[in-house]
Amino acid sequence: MMMNQMNQAQLLHWIDMVSFAVVDITEYLDTHPKDEEAIKYFNHYMDLRRSALRAYAEKYGPLTIDSANPENYWSWSNVPLPWEGGSC
Amino acid sequence: MWNYERRLEYPINITRPNAKIAKIIMSQYGGPDGEISASLRYLSQRYSMPYRKVAGLLTDIGTEELAHMEMVATIVRQLTRGLSAEELEAAGFAPYYVDHTAGIWPQAAGGIPFNACEFQVKGDAITDLVEDMAAEQKARSTYDNILRLVKDPEVCDPIRFLRQREVVHFQRFGEGLRMVQDELDSKNFYMCNPEFDPGCGRNQN
Repeated sequence: MMMNQMNQAQLLHWIDMVSFAVVDITEYLDTHPKDEEAIKYFNHYMDLRRSALRAYAEKYGPLTIDSANPENYWSWSNVPLPWEGGSC
Repeated sequence: MWNYERRLEYPINITRPNAKIAKIIMSQYGGPDGEISASLRYLSQRYSMPYRKVAGLLTDIGTEELAHMEMVATIVRQLTRGLSAEELEAAGFAPYYVDHTAGIWPQAAGGIPFNACEFQVKGDAITDLVEDMAAEQKARSTYDNILRLVKDPEVCDPIRFLRQREVVHFQRFGEGLRMVQDELDSKNFYMCNPEFDPGCGRNQN
């Protein structure tokens, strides 16, 4: 599914998946810094993560302060807190 | 410096409150092998770690542990919210409730408060990394024990994720230990402490 066809819950799930790939490969690269395949993997998932965070921020508000782009309303404080659970 | 992400590392949506299992799972928040201990252990050990790559590994894993701390707190929160005092009492939660209501406070399942004595910073690279590997195994055993007691799939799913991360971190710390040993005299890793003794090791950087 293309990112622009995802609903909020699907997009958040996608962000969780690609971000987890980044976390896991970061720790791997800490102990295998010369693994070229792992560096390719890191770059691939980091690109997906960046664009997904940007897409989420535009539609539903920022998940990270770096993707916040407030105009006349401080949406950072309006995004649900992660322990709330529920729909997404 | 850290930045917060307004999401969990792994999603948690628990729809059936159950204070009895909340009391058990709480141990992985503030208990002896919990995520607060893990995070503070690695994030405290890193300052005197003389090898930058290993100090970086402690930082990145310690950071992920902060996300795990939030996940365990979320599980406890979702298992206890909306319950009445009577329901909490019937689940054996009254001794916690009287002091903390339905708030999240770091303690072990048996009620022992979180305490920095649950982890060590020895200031010796090999000693600390061996402790870190043991800590990952102890947390893995605790998650295994939780999985024997808990049957709700909405709770078991994130617990299995956390258990798996203990296994991965055990592997990474083993690699970190090897990186430290590669810097030392292979005939006697223990003749000096690379975090303290000047000139200890072959390739100090």
